Amino acid sequence: MADMKEPLIPAIGEVVDIRMDTPDIKTFRVVTPDGKKAFDHRPGQCAMLSVPGVGEGMFSITSSPTNTEYMEFSIKKCGCVTEWLHSMEVGQQITIRGPYGNPFPVDDEFAGKNMLFIAGGVGLAPLRSVINYCRHYRDRYGRIDIVYGSRSKDDLLDYQEIINEWAVDEDVHVHLTIDREQEGWDGHVGFVPNYVKELGFDTENRIAVLCGPPIMIKFTLAGLCELGFEKTQMYTTLELRMKCGIGKCGRCNVGSKYVCKDGPVFRFDQLDELPDEY
Amino acid sequence: MRKITLDRLDEFFAAVAGKLKLYIPVDTAGGAQFQQWRAGAKMSDALNTTRSAKDFFFPQTENLMEFKTEGKKIEIIDVRRENEDFAIFGVRACDVRSFDVLDRAFLSEPADTYYQNRREHGVIFSLACSKPAETCFCGTFGIDPANPKGDIVCYKTDDAIYMEAKTEKGANLMDSVSDIVAEDEGGDGESAVNAQKEIISERMKKLPLASLSTDKFGGDKTAKFFDDPAWKSLSESCLGCGTCTFVCPTCQCYDIKDFNAGNGIKRFRCWDSCMYSEFTKMSAGQPRLTQLERFRQRFMHKLVYYPANNDGMFSCVGCGRCLSKCPIQMNIVKVMKNLGEGGENNG
Ligand SMILES: Cc1cc2nc3c(=O)[nH]c(=O)nc-3n(C[C@H](O)[C@H](O)[C@H](O)COP(=O)(O)OP(=O)(O)OC[C@H]3O[C@@H](n4cnc5c(N)ncnc54)[C@H](O)[C@@H]3O)c2cc1C
Ligand code: SF4
Ligand code: SF4
Ligand code: FES
Repeated sequence: MADMKEPLIPAIGEVVDIRMDTPDIKTFRVVTPDGKKAFDHRPGQCAMLSVPGVGEGMFSITSSPTNTEYMEFSIKKCGCVTEWLHSMEVGQQITIRGPYGNPFPVDDEFAGKNMLFIAGGVGLAPLRSVINYCRHYRDRYGRIDIVYGSRSKDDLLDYQEIINEWAVDEDVHVHLTIDREQEGWDGHVGFVPNYVKELGFDTENRIAVLCGPPIMIKFTLAGLCELGFEKTQMYTTLELRMKCGIGKCGRCNVGSKYVCKDGPVFRFDQLDELPDEY
Repeated sequence: MRKITLDRLDEFFAAVAGKLKLYIPVDTAGGAQFQQWRAGAKMSDALNTTRSAKDFFFPQTENLMEFKTEGKKIEIIDVRRENEDFAIFGVRACDVRSFDVLDRAFLSEPADTYYQNRREHGVIFSLACSKPAETCFCGTFGIDPANPKGDIVCYKTDDAIYMEAKTEKGANLMDSVSDIVAEDEGGDGESAVNAQKEIISERMKKLPLASLSTDKFGGDKTAKFFDDPAWKSLSESCLGCGTCTFVCPTCQCYDIKDFNAGNGIKRFRCWDSCMYSEFTKMSAGQPRLTQLERFRQRFMHKLVYYPANNDGMFSCVGCGRCLSKCPIQMNIVKVMKNLGEGGENNG
């Protein structure tokens, strides 16, 4: 357990498994040096990982809280810390602190609902935790739909798990799409927002959770509103630059909220109350 | 109430410095600065220090921890030593309030232990301001320079300093030096202090910024001010230099960075500024594209966002440092006057 009495001092984590998911995303399995899960978390929460000497970075805990043995992080290579993480080998130690942020209300607002998950690219990382939580407590939720899109087939995160586990579950409906035609792909082709509209979900007793690049969120949100969804039944996560993770360094401040502490999970009607600066 | 005549002030400082580290404001080439007291040091007569007193609790840079790496292994080293007690003499009412402002941020759960340790070990001698400056507007935020808060409150007259301990921490320290400054029983203390308070209150009423009001601001005013047309002209010449945030006693943004010294890795924290373009830059985008957004953030935070989270308390104490230090003479007073006036005038 990271010591919350010393919120900035991390614990040691050991990388025990590395999976190459896409050309620029790897998934890392992390435990404490004595082989345990570093701390408990809720779906949607994040952790600050670091490579001493290089820096820290905030990442969604992509594994489900129901997994009590380890945590996983799906990390896209895009700068100093993430490049270093991508160059690691199994057995490497890193540092970890957390958990940070407000989780998805999986046991409250989500309970008993039909769930619609919509993700683009690495945006699946925070949703995977919720999806697997809902699958674990399957009888607490209604129908589950997952719409997931990426640039190409090779850019789909967690592809094996999606095909071998999610898609075969009873009453879990997976809808994959890629941006452009590709050899060996006979699934849907097109952008996520359009695909969502084509699929045309009814709004009855349903919660929609969106996560992905800002442009995808914007158009998908518009599409869902056209389908009749209310902002009070749609959720997303925000990504802002973060340093402390505990609402003090000022970095992720939007209006009177600190995304690291009051977010990253927000309902769309809550976002409407914030100034447009995210 | 205790009294020390000015000709014995050095004796008093020496006695306090014998108990704990003592800092007093002294004149330097760069204006008044807090420095550790040494025999012969002369207390500055300046109204306030160029840099604020926040440095004592939230230093400009500090080492948070160190790392040793060996092969794939990491060791984390907490490099802090037990903090020593220290005292700061001559903190003005505005800067004393700034500690409250910082406390609400740094001591809220989970508390910042680096800051917390220093707060617990620091004793504050506040000093009433007999000559407030034209740039002062602490009164706007309900701060009374005639009645500063602090562990020990001090009043300076032409020939003496009167002191009254207000907290247990303050009383203990004063008791420990009571052979030098005894209780002023039946002395002129009360009347001298009251006369001082009278003088200060009269001067406060005549200050040019005495009528500046916070009435139109507060936690529920995001929608009212966020898209105000005045931001454009107010921010137009801002250089994004960050001076205003660095001299400000309530600005609290920081960065965390690692430094590999070759023989070991240090992780340190340093002040940062929301006025800098890098502050919010991400691989996925930049939520504050121009200086207008960054400038707006600084003042919206002080006048709207901070009060929204802190029972209406503003994150400005009217110390006036940004009024005298900004290279383009932009400051929070101009912002307060021009917002909500429906114009682009920045007079
Ligand atoms: C709540 C939250 C959850 C996140 N979850 C994930 C996740 O599950 N998987 C994942 O791959 N990424 C995630 N990110 C983004 C991740 O934190 C950044 O991509 C990472 O910190 C970049 O670090 P770097 O050192 O490699 O990049 P740098 O070398 O520091 O910079 C490369 C670029 O990234 C920008 N950048 C630096 N820090 C951040 C930051 N904290 N957030 C965004 N951009 C940044 C820089 O400005 C620069 O443009 C998340 C971010 C947040 C705030
Ligand atoms: S307001 Fe003045 S001091 Fe502050 S960043 Fe702009 S130019 Fe610098
Ligand atoms: S904004 Fe200016 S006047 Fe207000 S506390 Fe900061 S430096 Fe002082
Ligand atoms: S990351 Fe520091 S305030 Fe949110």
